[in-house]
Amino acid sequence: MQFDYANILVFLGLGAFLCALMMGLGALLRPSNPERAKLTTYECGIEVEGSSWINFNIRFYVVALVFVIFDVEVAFVYPVVTVFKQWVADGRGLFALSEIILFIAILVCGLVYVWRKGDLDWMKTIAPAPAPAPGRTDAAAPGGRVDVAA
Amino acid sequence: MRAYLDAIAAGYPTVSPALVYLIGMLAFGALVVFVFILPVAGITSWVERRVWARIQSRIGPNRVGPGGFLQWLADGLKNLLKEDVIPAAVDVPLFRIAPYVVVAGFVAAFVALPFAGSLIIADLNIGILYISAITSLVVIGILMAGWSSNNKWSMLGGIRSATQIICYEIPVGLSIFPVVLLSGTLSMQGIISAQGWAPTSWHMFHSPFLFVSFLLFFVGALAEGNRTPFDLPEADSELVAGFATEYSGMRSLLFFLAEWGNLYVIGVLVSTLFMGGWQVPHFTDNGVVLAVAQFATMFVKAYFWVFVAMWVRATLPRVRVDQFMTLCWKYMVPIGLVNVVGTATMMVVLPQGSIVLRWIMVAMTAAILVQFARRVFFHLRRANYGRLGRISEGAA
Repeated sequence: MQFDYANILVFLGLGAFLCALMMGLGALLRPSNPERAKLTTYECGIEVEGSSWINFNIRFYVVALVFVIFDVEVAFVYPVVTVFKQWVADGRGLFALSEIILFIAILVCGLVYVWRKGDLDWMKTIAPAPAPAPGRTDAAAPGGRVDVAA
Repeated sequence: MRAYLDAIAAGYPTVSPALVYLIGMLAFGALVVFVFILPVAGITSWVERRVWARIQSRIGPNRVGPGGFLQWLADGLKNLLKEDVIPAAVDVPLFRIAPYVVVAGFVAAFVALPFAGSLIIADLNIGILYISAITSLVVIGILMAGWSSNNKWSMLGGIRSATQIICYEIPVGLSIFPVVLLSGTLSMQGIISAQGWAPTSWHMFHSPFLFVSFLLFFVGALAEGNRTPFDLPEADSELVAGFATEYSGMRSLLFFLAEWGNLYVIGVLVSTLFMGGWQVPHFTDNGVVLAVAQFATMFVKAYFWVFVAMWVRATLPRVRVDQFMTLCWKYMVPIGLVNVVGTATMMVVLPQGSIVLRWIMVAMTAAILVQFARRVFFHLRRANYGRLGRISEGAA
């Protein structure tokens, strides 16, 4: 057991060693002529505008939250699916199946919830805008736009 | 591998077994990393360029060595001699560490990848779970690279990459479950042993659920490997080079080494989970010959999927961000959940599976492949490019 997991450490070390070897070999061979213009940040050849360490789109954060919920679910299902075959052989298959279905049904509720909330769409619309009617719209028509310029 | 080391340790009773294990682990590890991973990743880059060239009616790199075969060595050497530019604005420690994390995470996946029946570094009892966990280290490395570069392109690329990889981990996980249900184990060798060498005994053809799982897994694995059509993180036409924009020379090559090597990992996973892995008919009692045949089978199966990934990359355009979100959450995740429940239900109803269903699945797949081949030959004849396989010369 320890032997198997020691191998993982050895491989992680070897991966890092591989990088260090390549970088080290390169350090002996490659030129190094840093100058101010070369060390500027690449921005398509124009002057750099401010730092890049700024706030970014909140969408990525929401996606990460949804991911965490579903990944925890995946982690919980792993042991169940591993023993399922044994349970079927023992004649408890129906019991295990109903438990799996119950668990996944709860998850589906979560999926339906985030879906309905619009968190799975990249562009989230708070309130659906009424579809513009073709041609001039009547101001009295329900949901129609009032054409101010006309 | 443990068995070999035990045999060696028994031969040298005066040496402590721990020392034998340590030396053995380092030796086998170095063998796998330097004799297998490096050449496979390098040669894949050359094969990829040649395959694209053929698909696009070009010739591709053919000057260095026979057929351009040594191109990957020349590229490596060139990158070794390139200046290592570290821009002034970057966060230097993170910028330097990022390639190490990416490569270490990718190399560590090879611990549990089976090469043949008796050739595996360590047959972990949580094999497939371990692999899906350790390959996630790559996300951290890419996010580090993207953030530390202090460059708008890198930042966008890094965050997009992290989003994409974590999103597609869910459908990939869900498409592994039906296989685990059928095998009753997470160990890679156990999953292969639950299948046979004949296509009718592969997990892929067990039922329609498994076949859909296989498709989900391949698409999800492409997305996790940042491959076209899911190469948003390094979308050349919009983000320069994505998270690798500020990297130059050897450092950037290390990222691409991991990407090409990852293709082989994807190939091995697909063939292990769904296509019977290294299983060959037991045609000889000679263990060495059998091991070589198993290794060759595994390699050919895995490399076939590497080829398909190249083919996909040369064929399909890139998806948009909202499209990959829709594909992942609104199609692949619900289908994956249906697959898990469907497979579990089928195991309760038919614990032994149905051989008739397996034959029908194999026959349908064969029919689709035959029809596809007929279409290809039909178009090749119409294109009038001369002999098959001589397209580039014929077109010139």
